[in-house]
Amino acid sequence: MSREWTIKSALIAIAAVLMILGGAPLYKHRHYEVPVVAGPGVTSVIKLSEFVPSLKGSMADADVFVLEGKEPGGKVLVMANTHANEPAGLLTAVIMIENAVVEKGTLMVIPEFNASAGRNTRPGDGYPLYYDIPTEWGAKRFRMGNRDTSPLDQWPDPDVYIHYPDKQLLSFIDVRNTNRTWPGRPNGPLMEKVTFAAMEMMRKDRLNIAIDMHGAETMFPVTNCIVAPQKSAKIATLVSMTVKAMEGFDNHVEPSPPNFHGLSHREIGDFSDTLPFLLEAPIPFLDQPTGPKTVKLLLDGKDPFLLSLSKKKKLFVPYDENGWPIEKRVGQHCSVALEIIRQYSKKNPDTAIRISGIPRYADLVKNGVGRYFHDPAKAEKKSVYYE
Amino acid sequence: MGVIMILYYLICAYILGLLAWDFVREKKSVNDMILYLLVLIPLLLRILRIK
Repeated sequence: MSREWTIKSALIAIAAVLMILGGAPLYKHRHYEVPVVAGPGVTSVIKLSEFVPSLKGSMADADVFVLEGKEPGGKVLVMANTHANEPAGLLTAVIMIENAVVEKGTLMVIPEFNASAGRNTRPGDGYPLYYDIPTEWGAKRFRMGNRDTSPLDQWPDPDVYIHYPDKQLLSFIDVRNTNRTWPGRPNGPLMEKVTFAAMEMMRKDRLNIAIDMHGAETMFPVTNCIVAPQKSAKIATLVSMTVKAMEGFDNHVEPSPPNFHGLSHREIGDFSDTLPFLLEAPIPFLDQPTGPKTVKLLLDGKDPFLLSLSKKKKLFVPYDENGWPIEKRVGQHCSVALEIIRQYSKKNPDTAIRISGIPRYADLVKNGVGRYFHDPAKAEKKSVYYE
Repeated sequence: MGVIMILYYLICAYILGLLAWDFVREKKSVNDMILYLLVLIPLLLRILRIK
């Protein structure tokens, strides 16, 4: 072999090793399945592709867990992982699927609304690929996703995303952000199909409430709150006051801006009869001026730089040495969602919804999140779903 | 997979081919060889649908 090809072969070998070392964990992450045990309340599991058939077989087709009560009543949809790097929503959704029992009405839960983003990562920002939640039967592993859909599933991005149908100019990246593509269309980019499928479900099944669970930075003003349009504002205000008085945590109400398009709390209300609510729990991990983006920071929310900023009153939430642990964030989502359902039911007795089995804020803070997950190894095979 | 996405994969494969050809044709500069390979990695990862 000539000297030239000896060097080239060595370089090709090094490049191949680099590619395998870098690519294999990403491939494994994209195909890692999280087992979810369908609890006693789950009566069926449907797919978003039932509403937009072209989603079938794609990474964007999401499971919808249906929990139908014996007594007819109203219908509520709970969505998580609209942004898959905000894990409190996903953990809340899994707790609901594994524990909730519906006595009246119907609860529908989509744990991975942007299923493709849940299989995407942000290695350039040092995101961990997974995080483990300790349980009585061992650690339950979840994928850490990204805010946006994987480019493997929707590519290329436009220079500017022109929102449909309002024609508002949005950032190019928002074409892969399922909280900018509402209300969607059946023949648009993949994420518009996902939101359109959810809209069709709300319109055809006549859903009364839609709750979209998120997390937001402590330095971002729209955090630790319920975002609601005018039509949902009364219920949101009652919820905010009730959780403060009865459960001792703040969750203020933010009005949904009427001229900012593509967001769930705006378009669901404008394009259907459903009442939308978007829940934001603080997530210090997403703040920019933090230390390393570790699993510990993701779960306990403790960071010395944020603590220092808090003392200078630069944060929009109270923040001390205890950080903002995942139990508090999931607890807030559970309690606020249950309170929305309760307040709605009080105002609308004909379409009331009654649910039991979902822990509230105090239960989660006391017992931790893992206490409410069931061991898939001990569950019946047919009741284990892979997300 | 949409038509535009398929076209982008074809463009990706074309650029990958050009880089591989430049790598083969490069006789002297090890620096250039390394650069061709480095630029080629993300394109290959995309075509293999890994990242």
